[in-house]
Amino acid sequence: MIDQSTSRRNFVKITSIAGGGMLVGFNMISDSALGSAADAVFEPNAYVSINSKGVVTLMSPNPEIGQGVKTALPMILAEELEVKWDAVEVEMAPLDQKKYGSQIAGGSGAVKQRYMPIRTAGATAKTMLVTAAAQQWGVPAEECYAENATVIHKPSKRKLSYGDLAAKAAALPVPTDVKLKDPKDFKIIGTRVPNIDNHKIVTGQPLYGIDTRREGMLYAAVARPPAFGKVLKSFDDTEARKVTGVKNVVRAGTVVAVLATSTWAAKKGKLALKVEWEDKGKLESTTDHNAAFAEMLSKTPERAGRNDGDVEAALKDSNNKIIEAIYETPALSHANMEPLNFFADVKGDKAELYGPTQVPGSLRTSVARALNIPEANVTLAMPRQGGGFGRKLQPDNGVECALISQAAKVPVQMLWAREDDMQGDFYRPASMFKYRAAIGPNNELLAWHLNAGVLAGPTGGRAAAPDAFPAASIANFRVDNQAQTSNIQYGPWRAPTANSVAFADESFIDEVAHQMKKDPVALRLELIEKGKNQPIGKALSYDPVKYKSVIDLVTQMSGWGKTNKPNVFQGFAAHYSFSTYAAHVAEVTKMPDGQLRVTKVYSAINCGKVVNQSGAENQVEGAIVDGLSHALFSKVTFDKGAVEQTNFHTYRFMRMKDAPIEVIVKFVPSEDAPTGLGEPGLPPIAPAVGNAIFAATGKRYRKLPFELG
Amino acid sequence: MASYNLNINGKAMSVEADSDTPMLWVLRDHLNLVGTKFGCGIAQCGACTIHVNGVATRSCQLQVASVGNNKITTIEGLSKDGNHPLQKAWEEIDVAQCGYCQAGQIMAAASLLKTKPKPTDADIDAAMNNICRCGTHYRIRKAIHLAAEKGVVTK
Repeated sequence: MIDQSTSRRNFVKITSIAGGGMLVGFNMISDSALGSAADAVFEPNAYVSINSKGVVTLMSPNPEIGQGVKTALPMILAEELEVKWDAVEVEMAPLDQKKYGSQIAGGSGAVKQRYMPIRTAGATAKTMLVTAAAQQWGVPAEECYAENATVIHKPSKRKLSYGDLAAKAAALPVPTDVKLKDPKDFKIIGTRVPNIDNHKIVTGQPLYGIDTRREGMLYAAVARPPAFGKVLKSFDDTEARKVTGVKNVVRAGTVVAVLATSTWAAKKGKLALKVEWEDKGKLESTTDHNAAFAEMLSKTPERAGRNDGDVEAALKDSNNKIIEAIYETPALSHANMEPLNFFADVKGDKAELYGPTQVPGSLRTSVARALNIPEANVTLAMPRQGGGFGRKLQPDNGVECALISQAAKVPVQMLWAREDDMQGDFYRPASMFKYRAAIGPNNELLAWHLNAGVLAGPTGGRAAAPDAFPAASIANFRVDNQAQTSNIQYGPWRAPTANSVAFADESFIDEVAHQMKKDPVALRLELIEKGKNQPIGKALSYDPVKYKSVIDLVTQMSGWGKTNKPNVFQGFAAHYSFSTYAAHVAEVTKMPDGQLRVTKVYSAINCGKVVNQSGAENQVEGAIVDGLSHALFSKVTFDKGAVEQTNFHTYRFMRMKDAPIEVIVKFVPSEDAPTGLGEPGLPPIAPAVGNAIFAATGKRYRKLPFELG
Repeated sequence: MASYNLNINGKAMSVEADSDTPMLWVLRDHLNLVGTKFGCGIAQCGACTIHVNGVATRSCQLQVASVGNNKITTIEGLSKDGNHPLQKAWEEIDVAQCGYCQAGQIMAAASLLKTKPKPTDADIDAAMNNICRCGTHYRIRKAIHLAAEKGVVTK
């Protein structure tokens, strides 16, 4: 029999209200509340629900931050369930990790993690519907098959719809061993399916946390510390309370919140606040960080991250040619387009939360702890989110809003201004990479030493993955990781570590190739071949065949080494991260006005089986433009603990005039299970462009952003 | 606080607001037209783009007191049922990732097509200066060309 605990459905009710906006609430509806037995809902697992009217609802469990999981995960389900894509409803599942397992958006993991469980869930539901039909007809289940939400008895051509079978299927035991489809029979996986929310997006319907509207809700603006190292001392809210529309001013943890009847009134109230901050820690500046980096990298630590052969001996041998270079990457902000916000309604020991997060589970735990209430009393659901990029792996937005609601005893929508967002981030830390390489008399790459440093919070950090390419391919190879402790907040930013070290590694190897007078792609292929056939030291951390597959594909796509378009120069880079292989060729064009523009990018990806062709291409195109935007323009610097780039006039992003005219993405055909795609397209673009700029100008850019002018 | 009679999406609407309130917040907080988005508050990102008499305007810098009788169009009023060629092209090309900036992008593009029904790449470069943090620029360009090819409806 179906387990009573799973026959209940915990779902988010979203009701349109006049003129737009939405009301969000939580309902627990049991089978009995839904009506008679004939109306029973078939829910064999957490992902699928089919009612007697034949409405098929697929639950998407992981937060949607723009990476496309709200479309891709239900596609996987629909494939095995044998329903047509256009005929299903897709809902964002609320937080319920007992049902869904870990619900996070991070590490490019959602599709990779859910692929088999969701296929199994779909196949299980289909099997039960087929069994129900076979029992009804009194025929063997083997004579029946499912197609387009219908079970068909092959010999007699009798048909029953999933809706007709829902009640009967709901009474069957859930099978534990079901057969999955042969991938060659896939009809949905691998096709182009548009974003499930497209129509709502292009018509401006309420979808995001910032669009939440609730009865009695107040808008909160927050006065937050103006610098790292400063904390709240005191505040005077006399003038703030005089502002029309301001209803309350509360202290919530370490911040002061102004609550008002509109966002604008809350902002004016915040401006009228008199807040005193006091120094409680060091006020750090980027100039200090850079000086400390230089000092740190002048020494080699005792313990290496990886140490094959003897790099020092090779570097001291006067027969060898030595190449040295230092690469630098700045701190970056996540700067999601939707500034941080959350909705919270805390009443006594209960809290209802709704808002953008990549880690709903951890956010709920943090909120319960901060409010000192049982975790079971906190409900949490997630809207579509205006970007993520790692910022919302931190639960601080939900906690801050919950504390404000608790203090003010009203439902609250907290919204950070862009300036709050820039100063309150958990930044991609700045890094510095010091390289030394030795080329032997026979033009052979004999030694490679990377001494890398990164800014880090109290939990430490790592600038480079020591076992990544070209590890195991060079006889004398050493990677050192050092961290500089800082009181500025750091956290994961799209493709953590990879987003910086790939720029340094893939640019430096280009330098080495030019010094060796070798084609940069040919040098990489030689090294991969060595790593595959005669690996040195610890085993490879990547699959050389797959690594080569993307290099081969992108060089073929781009006509690498064979192009003779006037004023066009190519640069190559590749990187393996988050289980996926990416290789790009960037084309830089010398424009008639003398400026350089990245006009075209070719990209080859090996991520196993592609689930949604359109969504997958979009992720890679976006990662390329995102990576290029930051490579050309963006940096965060600190002056006495304060971020110097307070908004988008100084924290610059790419505009259309600087964007590539074309981005061509191809996937290496694969029947392997899918791997991640949210992040891996980003790391190789900065070095591909840097290498193309070198090809165009002979100038080597070793520092991000390029700031070409 | 003062009372303002506004012409929004072809309808007369009345709001009580401080004179310096940006249209962005009048639309979002007073009138519940939340399709217009907040991104920066300093006219840099374009997420708040609306039309004033058909011309793309950043509503975070447009005070309610200065609107007068001018016709305001928001993403909700760009077309009936989302059938503007740009909205259809955005769906066909599958432009959006997170989707947050796209209403502003579409409003900026709609203004462009009014003056240049068949824009070149250079026209698109010059007119489209909104920020998309997800990097959908390439698809935005394709969608504008597609919409231009299929022609702009007259409402």
